[in-house]
Amino acid sequence: MGVLGQSIKRREDPRLITGEAKFLDDIQLPGLVHAAILRSPFAHAKIKSINTDQAKAYPGVIGVFTGKDFMDLNPLPCAWAAGGVKNNLNTPRCLEPDRVTHTGMGVAVVVAQDRYIAEDALALIQVDWEPLPVVTDAKKATEPGAPQLHENAPNNIECEWECGDAAATQAALDGADVVIKQTLINQRLIPNSMETRGCAAQYNPASEEYTVWMTSQAPHVMRLLMTAFVFGIPETKMRVISPQVGGGFGTKIYLYPEYVLMAALSKKIGCPVKWSETRRENYIATTHGRDHITDIEIGVNKDGALMGLHVKTYANMGGILSTIAPGIPTTLYGRLLSGPYKIPHIYCHVSNVYTNTAMVDAYRGAGRPEATYVLERAMDLVANELGMDPTAVRRKNFIPSDEFPYTPADNILAGLTYDSGNYTLTLDKALDMLDYTGFRQEQEQARKKDKYLGVGFSSYIELCGVAPSAWIGLPGQGWGAGLWESANIRMHLTGKVVVTTGSQNHGQGHETTMAQIVADQLGIPVEDVLVEHSDTAGAPFGYGSYGSRSGAVGGVAVYRAAERIKEKAKRLAAHMLEANVQDLVYQDGKVMVKGTPAASKTIQEIALASAVGYSLPEGMEPFLDETSYYDPPNCTYPFGTHICVVEVDKHTGSTRILRYVAVDDVGNVINPMIVDGQVHGGIAQGAAQALYEGAVYDDNGTLVSGSLMDYAVPTAHMLPSYETARTVTPSPVNPLGVKGAGETGTIASTPAVVNAVLDALKPFGVKHLDMPLTPEKVWRAMNSNGGKA
Amino acid sequence: MKVTMRVNGQTREADIEPRWLLVHVLREKMGLTGTNVGCDTSQCGACTVLMDGMAVKSCNVLAVQADGADITTIEGLKTDGAYHPVQQAFWDNHGLQCGFCTPGMIMTSIDLLREHDNPSDDTIRRGLEGNLCRCTGYENIVRSVRDAADKM
Amino acid sequence: MYPASFEYYAPTSVSEALALMAKNADARLLAGGHSLLPAMKLRLATPPTLIDIGKIKDLTGINDLGDKVSLGALTTHCQVERSALLKSVCPLLPEVASHIGDRQVRNRGTIGGSIAHADPAADYPAALLALGAVIEAQGSGGKRNLNADDLFTGLFQTALNANEIVTAVHVPKTDGAGNGVAYAKFPHPASRYAIAGVAVWVKIENDSVANIRIGVTGAADHAQRAKKAEAALQGKPMTDENIAGSANVAADGLSTMGDIFASADYRAHLVNTLALQALNQAHARAHGWH
Repeated sequence: MGVLGQSIKRREDPRLITGEAKFLDDIQLPGLVHAAILRSPFAHAKIKSINTDQAKAYPGVIGVFTGKDFMDLNPLPCAWAAGGVKNNLNTPRCLEPDRVTHTGMGVAVVVAQDRYIAEDALALIQVDWEPLPVVTDAKKATEPGAPQLHENAPNNIECEWECGDAAATQAALDGADVVIKQTLINQRLIPNSMETRGCAAQYNPASEEYTVWMTSQAPHVMRLLMTAFVFGIPETKMRVISPQVGGGFGTKIYLYPEYVLMAALSKKIGCPVKWSETRRENYIATTHGRDHITDIEIGVNKDGALMGLHVKTYANMGGILSTIAPGIPTTLYGRLLSGPYKIPHIYCHVSNVYTNTAMVDAYRGAGRPEATYVLERAMDLVANELGMDPTAVRRKNFIPSDEFPYTPADNILAGLTYDSGNYTLTLDKALDMLDYTGFRQEQEQARKKDKYLGVGFSSYIELCGVAPSAWIGLPGQGWGAGLWESANIRMHLTGKVVVTTGSQNHGQGHETTMAQIVADQLGIPVEDVLVEHSDTAGAPFGYGSYGSRSGAVGGVAVYRAAERIKEKAKRLAAHMLEANVQDLVYQDGKVMVKGTPAASKTIQEIALASAVGYSLPEGMEPFLDETSYYDPPNCTYPFGTHICVVEVDKHTGSTRILRYVAVDDVGNVINPMIVDGQVHGGIAQGAAQALYEGAVYDDNGTLVSGSLMDYAVPTAHMLPSYETARTVTPSPVNPLGVKGAGETGTIASTPAVVNAVLDALKPFGVKHLDMPLTPEKVWRAMNSNGGKA
Repeated sequence: MKVTMRVNGQTREADIEPRWLLVHVLREKMGLTGTNVGCDTSQCGACTVLMDGMAVKSCNVLAVQADGADITTIEGLKTDGAYHPVQQAFWDNHGLQCGFCTPGMIMTSIDLLREHDNPSDDTIRRGLEGNLCRCTGYENIVRSVRDAADKM
Repeated sequence: MYPASFEYYAPTSVSEALALMAKNADARLLAGGHSLLPAMKLRLATPPTLIDIGKIKDLTGINDLGDKVSLGALTTHCQVERSALLKSVCPLLPEVASHIGDRQVRNRGTIGGSIAHADPAADYPAALLALGAVIEAQGSGGKRNLNADDLFTGLFQTALNANEIVTAVHVPKTDGAGNGVAYAKFPHPASRYAIAGVAVWVKIENDSVANIRIGVTGAADHAQRAKKAEAALQGKPMTDENIAGSANVAADGLSTMGDIFASADYRAHLVNTLALQALNQAHARAHGWH
């Protein structure tokens, strides 16, 4: 059939190009009412009192509630404390009853006939606030005298976490020819999925069951957290459904206060209720990403060989913890700090810090972009210091392709190994595509004409398919749960197949790629496969989609369920063909006797026999229905090299990306068109961090970049066309050989773009600038030397 | 107050407060939820519809301003069961991922192609500066629009 | 995203609109709505009354008046951008219009609305100043003309009276020999408004600058002329040296504003840089080089 590896068109698109898809805000229910949330204008304040009388009396208002009305519900859980260390956990309630620690925290809710009325009534709620002192910078928050956010977190420390070997790393730095120090700021980003968040809830008093629709990347996990941790009710009393979800980039993984609030309200007011987040709310109430302040020391010998890397990072958690916040800058950052390089000794210390800012949690790449930024800036700083070509430094330190599986130094990866890789191959291919030699000549010529071109490299690895439960779930790693994935395949009487996956499709195209896996395995037309997901009713538990895990974990679960279907089909065919099962092979949608293709049964014939069930072998149950709970033995490690070429305008400091070359190795590819799309979008997001985006707070903790008028999500003409290619190094971790492709672009592109701009600025003696590289920042850097190149 | 407009070829009426935005009337009073709302500052373009043939951000038009107007939404593009060439091109070229910006992208592209029958990539990119997409990096959106231009 | 309530009126004539304004002192006028509605959606503006002048036919149309062109206040940016008449006789205006917002905004936003709103970072004001446009306004006392030079007075402030409606804009024809116009803009990457924008109209006679007007927007609290830069070129040949000398003083006298994207200093630098670009381009066009 060969449908695996083909760029077939997406099966989810017809509903999306016609407007028929139902996103959260499209949900209409009989008697539906609308909620609006009063949010704190203060970044840090006590709530002395709230008066809702006027709001309650406003025509069209059904109810007004505050945090005091929901004290029977527990605070939201934090599901991933940083591993192996004491965590000072503080999590939000559905509405804050006493105190807020960032602007945008909900303190009251209005339920009304329509959203316009609800918004009117919000203005009538009077809150008596007692403002408290504010700190927004993670490093400053740890200093003596800083405002304190939580009683259980002295100096605003959520946790102090480390990995690697401090003493060995110090010795390595002491013994190195050169040690380079640099502070790197990985600025705070606002993820900006085009669909904001939302939630609708309905309570059935007869069955005492909640149905909750939410914009979630992990509906099963949401149900678990809501029922077991917040409501204290059996999981069976709640059904969670993710409708069509319009992008997430991490922000839709988490349990948010509003989801709890809507479910609770639906019971309290006795009718279905919906809240749909405005973009302005999205900026202050949905999680942000990144926000690290990092000091690095990298020791290197004169020949370019890396000797040791010491990293100290202050990771901003925001005013209170989001669901998996502490795990991101620890397990998913510190453990990745060897990247594609052989570094003899590494030590990383992370302080997770509370500040009076919006919650920070995983954002596309989640820890791995931050780690890659550290390493790829470090590589260029080394090249600069030693007068080496940036590609030579990388080449010199790459883990050789014959050293896989590779274990990074000082146990920083906590027992896992890199699965497979050929890092030089992607660099060579990217250099070919670029014509590196030609570019350097062009750059030289341009400089003579006062034109400044730059080239930037980024060689990266990723850790995808976040799973092995025995790794991520070990008490030492803090997750405290498995991260396997489920799949169920049912083959109906007609031979049509329904696949249910615990993965959650919010733009990745799972309904197409999962169908390709099944069609390929079973040898049936892809049109015969229907992929269902995102509804806890009738589906096996699943962990959802994030961390580029849907292919390498969810896809493999689908593959294994299909294998089980094939095994059962063979046993049934043996019965039908009166043959020994050992003599049968499954091929092209048929079970046939080896060497006698005429003696065969199609899978459709077998499905019919299995479904009608009147002639089955002894002990066989009817119906082809198989489930897999797949827990991989290791993560997967995609890699690649990205190259960016920029021109910087000396007069304005503006940067234009002229070319962008990406060579990625994501293992085997299920659908190249979809992988290319993931890479394109990832590059755009990463480049946007380098050049355009950055959340800015003022000293009062007010988000100054508070709307799309201020925060520059790039438009089409601010980005280049991308030149993408691949090498294929299959992962030995799973039978599909896939690695994961959802985040590679974001992880790789940020340092590639920054390195390119700094390469352009080399004649001006500029060694480092922090992102975003706005025109003014670049212009000032070019003119700091009197504008002399 | 009562407003009357022609929506996707049908005369539709709604009794609304004057403050209601066109997008909310389309979505909540007329059941046309294909037009999405992605922001509150008229930046993202997800809510773009055609008003008297011109692409407008329906979150930035009061429904009363559209009284008497001819409105086309994403739901009104198919003719005789066939996709509009721009819809087809977005499907063929993987011009969408999460699909939330897609209705607005398609409506703006139709407006753009009405003005430029053979646009350069730069013209397409400039023409779409009122529409944000967070998934595709725009690469395949530009390809989609160019492909549609070639086929129209 | 959900405006507060208001009374709504949709007059069909200017006199009807003026009568409504007289009765509702706090009323705001609504044209295309692309300045007012965004503020209302965030409830930064909560006018109790909206008078929608968008249905007044008298306020539409682009008309050739011989030595000048008249644009009705409701002329959309897109109509300006695509007007064959303007492109041929007053090309600065279509060029500037093409830089406003985005395609959808240009399809709805109006020149009258932009003028009355007087956003310090709007594009049109630079062009109106460079062209020496005349703005026609009508109030209860009748019609009057305001020179663009006198119109923009401060942050969102104009010389218009509260009870006046902008009815039309008159721009001169700049198609004669020796005329050159240009607009150079540095847009904010998110809002697309001008961080700085410089519009130039120069008339060259006998190889010297016979007349020059330079309008600057975005940089200060309101659009202003760069009079020092104009004076630096007036009566002189447009040599590279003279152009550079003029551009270098384009921001002189401007109280430039700063924000998280661009400091006041940088804005001043941008004004000079954009002035150089615009002057060079206007010069080239005056000679018909391109």
